Amino acid sequence: MKMGYPMAFAALAVSAGAAFAEVESTDPIKLTLHDWTGQLITTNIMAAVLEEAGYNVELVQADYLAQFAGLETGDLHVAMEIWETTGREAMDAATATGNVVVMGETGMLAKEEWWYPEYMKEKCPGLPDWQALNDCAEQFATPETAPKGRYLGGPVTWGGFDEERVAALGLNYEVIHAGTDAAMFAELESAYQRQAPILLWVYAPHWAPQKFKGEWVEFPPYEPACYTDPAWGPNPQATHDCGKPFGPIWKVAYKGLAEKWPGAAKAVEAFRIDNDTMGGMIAKVDLEGQSVEDVVDEWMTANEALWTSWIE
Amino acid sequence: MTLWRGIWAGIALIALGLTIFATVPAGWLWPPQAMHLPFAAWLSAGMKWLTDSAAIGPVTVKGLTRAFATLIEAPYEVVKVLLVDGITEGKGRRATTIIPPLSWVAVTVAAVALGHYARSIWLGLLAGALMAYLAIFGQWDSAMVTLASIAIAVPLGVVGGVVQGIAAWRWRWVERVLTPILDLMQTIPTFAFLVPILVLFGFGPVAALLATIIYAMPPMVRVTVVALRAVPSEIVDFANMAGCTPWQRMRKVMLPVALPDLMVGVNQVIMLSLNMVIIASMIGAGGLGADVLESLRRLNIGGGVEAGLAITALAVVLDRLSQAMSERVARSEPRKGNWWRRHPRTTIVLAVTLATGALGYLIPALQDWPKAWQITTKPFWSDLIAHINVNYFDQLEAVRVWFLETLLLPVKRFFLALPWPFLLAVLTLAGWRLGGLRLAALVLALGLFIAASGLWEQAMITVYLCGLSVVLAMVIGVPLGILAASNQTAGRIIGTVVDTLQTLPSFVYLIPVVMLFRVGDFSAMIAVVLFALVPAVKYTAHGLRSVPAELIEAGVVCGCTRGQILRKVRLPMAVPMILLGLNQTILLALSMLVITALVGTRDLGQEVYAALATADVGRGLVAGLAVAAIAIIADRLIGVAASRARAKLAAT
Repeated sequence: MKMGYPMAFAALAVSAGAAFAEVESTDPIKLTLHDWTGQLITTNIMAAVLEEAGYNVELVQADYLAQFAGLETGDLHVAMEIWETTGREAMDAATATGNVVVMGETGMLAKEEWWYPEYMKEKCPGLPDWQALNDCAEQFATPETAPKGRYLGGPVTWGGFDEERVAALGLNYEVIHAGTDAAMFAELESAYQRQAPILLWVYAPHWAPQKFKGEWVEFPPYEPACYTDPAWGPNPQATHDCGKPFGPIWKVAYKGLAEKWPGAAKAVEAFRIDNDTMGGMIAKVDLEGQSVEDVVDEWMTANEALWTSWIE
Repeated sequence: MTLWRGIWAGIALIALGLTIFATVPAGWLWPPQAMHLPFAAWLSAGMKWLTDSAAIGPVTVKGLTRAFATLIEAPYEVVKVLLVDGITEGKGRRATTIIPPLSWVAVTVAAVALGHYARSIWLGLLAGALMAYLAIFGQWDSAMVTLASIAIAVPLGVVGGVVQGIAAWRWRWVERVLTPILDLMQTIPTFAFLVPILVLFGFGPVAALLATIIYAMPPMVRVTVVALRAVPSEIVDFANMAGCTPWQRMRKVMLPVALPDLMVGVNQVIMLSLNMVIIASMIGAGGLGADVLESLRRLNIGGGVEAGLAITALAVVLDRLSQAMSERVARSEPRKGNWWRRHPRTTIVLAVTLATGALGYLIPALQDWPKAWQITTKPFWSDLIAHINVNYFDQLEAVRVWFLETLLLPVKRFFLALPWPFLLAVLTLAGWRLGGLRLAALVLALGLFIAASGLWEQAMITVYLCGLSVVLAMVIGVPLGILAASNQTAGRIIGTVVDTLQTLPSFVYLIPVVMLFRVGDFSAMIAVVLFALVPAVKYTAHGLRSVPAELIEAGVVCGCTRGQILRKVRLPMAVPMILLGLNQTILLALSMLVITALVGTRDLGQEVYAALATADVGRGLVAGLAVAAIAIIADRLIGVAASRARAKLAAT
């Protein structure tokens, strides 16, 4: 690698303080960026840590699911957030090719469930218990769905078995699918501004449960048997008579990462962060308007001991 | 004539009767399972073969495409260094700038100089003001990323288009092969070919550039063919007599003569490239498109509007400059003296570039517009939507429900209740009546493809949503076009609005629309109508304006009132043009399909989008081809109708 003066100077300056790590290859490691804030923060932290270890890093904008094509061929190397709840299928398909490996959990748990704003508790006192939903179906109805209540589900591609859930639990609701989560939260914002009834799919970590006060509906808690065994749960004739599964958020990488940059692979595997820390950082960016870079810098200075242990 | 009218009326009655009363046997309503062919699996397998094992001699196809990608990446990196990155040492957070990129002052001055060169100082000032707007509103860095990719995509699209155009002009068989390919390139939703592009060309800006070029190039090919055909034969003969070789004839005679027409194509390529900014940012282009997506993702409506308007500003600058260039008559400006006297503008731009580059180290404001001086209108937009939402939601809801119940749902039910053999038969009959056996065969083949693809229901929802949107767009657009053509002030205002609608990414207004009208078909329809309105207005106004003055005078002499002239002279004369506008409106409405999928429709767009989300190449391409089939059927039928109308006009 060509080393100009500033670079050499920086290297000297660093080696004066701590030992400047020898890295296996200075070719850039490519991390993917998506379009939600939490993922931008996770990826930027990982990039910053890898840079501290001496690696060159490149951040590439890529679609959440389209990126697997790149991870399989080695065009892309690391994806920091694959959600159990939305990306499992694509992740399994990619690991089945043998070219993509799972790098462990990020430490964050994806939670998703039916959600309502807090002010709806006055109009529907039985909440958050799911059995109260049918009493309030009229409250949640719109002209097209009346007398059924309206539940705004995620994009069709997210799956989620909401139609099955409605049928199995005998809910008097109609599932309407939003096309994107931007559209979904636009409806939430609109309803919240008017303090109007709304019942929709919300997930965390996300800025929405930080910005809007509200609660998750409490369904019979999920167990794997609920989705496969009709006998399980309140409805003995049907599957899916329970809430949605929670799941970890995974990290994945191109298999060549560990071959070419073993140190970096270790660091990616070691990466851990929890829901509350992440929620706080997301709120700083999305609600207080700070830049992702500043929030990441702040975390890096505050947690030096933690991340140095990842790259030892 | 009357016989045919009777037949059409009869068919309409049968259709109505069928959908209301008849219980259609299974397999007649939608194509039966047995008819479905596994196109998706075939395409996926074909794609897999292409990427994994296909080879030309010792070189794999993938190796070839990757090499091509590297070839394109080199100039892109150069432009990016110039406009965005500057020369830096180190990467990522450790990067230090050694030589900064071009300063905002330098780029703005260059825009002014270009405007002055192309037409006048006023155009230069407009271009300069819009560039300064980008700096003042804090959009500069992203705008330069977008400009860098446009600066590579447009020349490549233009050169590729001209080369193919020349080949199509020279050899008839090339044209025959190219025409259907161009049709597909323009009508398949871009989303459908994103995944194959990613696999073949790798991730990042190059894939985005290529997707942009594929979408933006077809008009250049078509314009080139038309422009070369329009070169007067005397000039060609003269070139032959002067002893030109075919290459000399093309380069020194035909291309220069065709240049003004070719510039129209260049303008089209620029505008279409800008239309792709949002989608390109989904696969790694970054820039303003990524800003729009990210802002809207966190419901920062103001941020989305500002980034969207920055795209519009960039589009206006590039559009006006390229138009002025195409109209610029070769003004000879004989200047004497040394180089800098003969090139005063270039000299000024170079001087400013060097001066701001050097002074930028001392006065950073010359290099980057200071953050503290940036203006923002973000709160205004969010407050505006919140105000409308809180105060007028009930009224808007009533409008939505009315439209849904009286218009959208009945039409949807009608299309979903039409038996497919009946619809195919009617379309084929129309094709036969309008364009003879060949057109009938084409329509029938495309219709059978949709039936066999297993996407009939989605296709019918597409036809219903786009059809209704097109009707509404025409109902709103044609009167606006008439108004624009008959009143100069109105014309100017409508022109500005229409230009903005054309270049403002629809994503920007989609989210506010959802806030006010919820997700669903109605919101989708609003987005489609707003986008597809543009050609309806433009073509109507253009058609009315180009009615020969003698005809209007003749009408005046006959004692017609203004209304009579409009109804009896101008509108009938403009019909072919309005039909062309209708054709374009349909194509634009279909191109919005994927966007409508984002607000929860269940049409072919959703199918394409879902395929992208699961990286299912075959499924996406099949749905994309079904959209293309609908577009081509509509295009051919209306195209023939338009040329018949023109022929009829010429005859009377």
